[in-house]
Amino acid sequence: MLIQGKCHTFGNDIDTDAIIPARYLNTSDPGELARHCMEDADPTFAGRVKAGEIIVAGKNFGCGSSREHAPVAIKAAGVAAVVAASFARIFYRNAINIGLPIFESPAAAAGIAAGDEIKIDAGKGEIVNLTKGETYPVASFPPFMQELIAAGGLMPYVAGKVGGYS
Amino acid sequence: MGMTITEKILAAHAGLEHVEPGQLINAKVDLALGNDITAPLAIQEFKKLGVKKVFDPERVVLVPDHFTPAKDIQSAEQAKILREFAREQGLTNYFEIGRMGIEHCLLPEAGLVGPGDLVIGADSHTCTYGALGAFATGVGSTDLAAAMVTGELWFKVPATILFRYHGKLQPWVGGKDLIIYTIGQIGVDGARYMAMEFTGEAVRELSMDGRFTMANMAIEAGGKNGIFAVDEKTKAYIQGRLKRDYRIYASDPDARYAETIDIDVAKIEPQVALPHLPENARSVKEIGEIKIDQVVIGSCTNGRLEDLRIAAQLLRGKKVHPEVRLIIIPGTQKIYAGALAEGLITIFIEAGAAVSTPTCGPCLGGHMGILARGERAVATTNRNFVGRMGHPESEVYLAGPAVAAASAVKGRIAAPEEAI
Ligand code: SF4
Repeated sequence: MLIQGKCHTFGNDIDTDAIIPARYLNTSDPGELARHCMEDADPTFAGRVKAGEIIVAGKNFGCGSSREHAPVAIKAAGVAAVVAASFARIFYRNAINIGLPIFESPAAAAGIAAGDEIKIDAGKGEIVNLTKGETYPVASFPPFMQELIAAGGLMPYVAGKVGGYS
Repeated sequence: MGMTITEKILAAHAGLEHVEPGQLINAKVDLALGNDITAPLAIQEFKKLGVKKVFDPERVVLVPDHFTPAKDIQSAEQAKILREFAREQGLTNYFEIGRMGIEHCLLPEAGLVGPGDLVIGADSHTCTYGALGAFATGVGSTDLAAAMVTGELWFKVPATILFRYHGKLQPWVGGKDLIIYTIGQIGVDGARYMAMEFTGEAVRELSMDGRFTMANMAIEAGGKNGIFAVDEKTKAYIQGRLKRDYRIYASDPDARYAETIDIDVAKIEPQVALPHLPENARSVKEIGEIKIDQVVIGSCTNGRLEDLRIAAQLLRGKKVHPEVRLIIIPGTQKIYAGALAEGLITIFIEAGAAVSTPTCGPCLGGHMGILARGERAVATTNRNFVGRMGHPESEVYLAGPAVAAASAVKGRIAAPEEAI
């Protein structure tokens, strides 16, 4: 998997209330959620982000509630991937389950600045910062998760097992 | 090599003799929970798959508790999706308005969770049920959909941090103070992806209500689950509630822990977590003069009968400060009825509090007490993130019911003794 794009940076402990505030949770429409993506962390983000761009954040990204609306909002806003020093576990699960590419790399989180252009090469296990000419290692997924990701998320994977989506 | 209680429950549900931290397993779930925010997405995914029936209509639980009684048309539509799905699937555990409560107060009370169970919920505070010696963890909507179809889910076996609480609790110090203090020590990601096992004589002294409060906030330290050993108090609690068989698991003496943390509770004073993270723990006595506009006593953390009794003890014969709004929300209809029978509701109303039907309401900034720009609240809830209870420029201070009630009387954050 190759993903290339311009980065938007955020700090540590970005919680799911900041990613998509509860005041917008009376809907699960992805387009509507995308309009408020990251609103309480940076109210200008949803207006600025372009399809294919990348979110880069510090530790514990996505902590807090289990709302899948958080990765859904990010995906629907056109964000191609999220790179963070670490992810909170429910967000991590949810992102994999819905097919939002996420990458854990403390070195990348520390090295990338807002506006940098990066290239993520999941196969090689590295992130190249094209603006700065730096390369950071990124952890690879265990085989079972690679299977989930290859299937396109958890539901397509389950469908394969129970003979659904017929 | 021995196993922890968490490892044993996961192994048993995966049909394995032994599991190791980090191992990926597929395990059977005893109960799968969703609410009016998370279940609509799960139901949509379930339907897309074209499967006709959930794996077991007695083991899928739906509770419309977040934006209910419906706060607006969109919320009403969300709740309607649950109601219709529950009817069409013949779910025995759908809880309608007027017969419901906040999910994590309600499920244990209704006898739906027992020791040794594996419970998943599309709500991060599902970890609450660890107080009963169950493995319970929060997941997302897609996970819930998969579990509704197959009755199984994938898990990574977490490593465990052992917390040992020694000594005697100071007056007015309860489960909320212990857990805020603990999160203050290890940080909001201190237990990320780990099990938190709570032991020691000080937590054995806690009531079940106090233990639910502690397990509830394991997620605020990034924990996958929080868990307590089963004792006489647990057995007394499930007596007459739980209708299923259960199994008691206990950690082996030679179980492996990632870390052991000893905490002397004798030095812990009532705690307050300052905005905007639960790890900003302070003793109530060291935070100085902070004026407040609102106090909320309720939520899946501290909306139980013991919490209301503590609040009533401090509010009896007193008046809420003229510049403060006190909102009290019993966790379930049963808790509400219990508080009514004990005269607590009268005490609250005479003090000048607003008492609400059970709902998550203001806890997540939904309704029933949203904060305006610049306002400050003391809340017995579990999160004080930016904008959690309303305007992004409002502030939430987390505390137990004693500090919350005392603060309501004083008009500023106050220690319980100050209100006596
Ligand atoms: S009371 Fe608050 S924390 Fe608990 S389930 Fe409701 S919204 Fe979530």
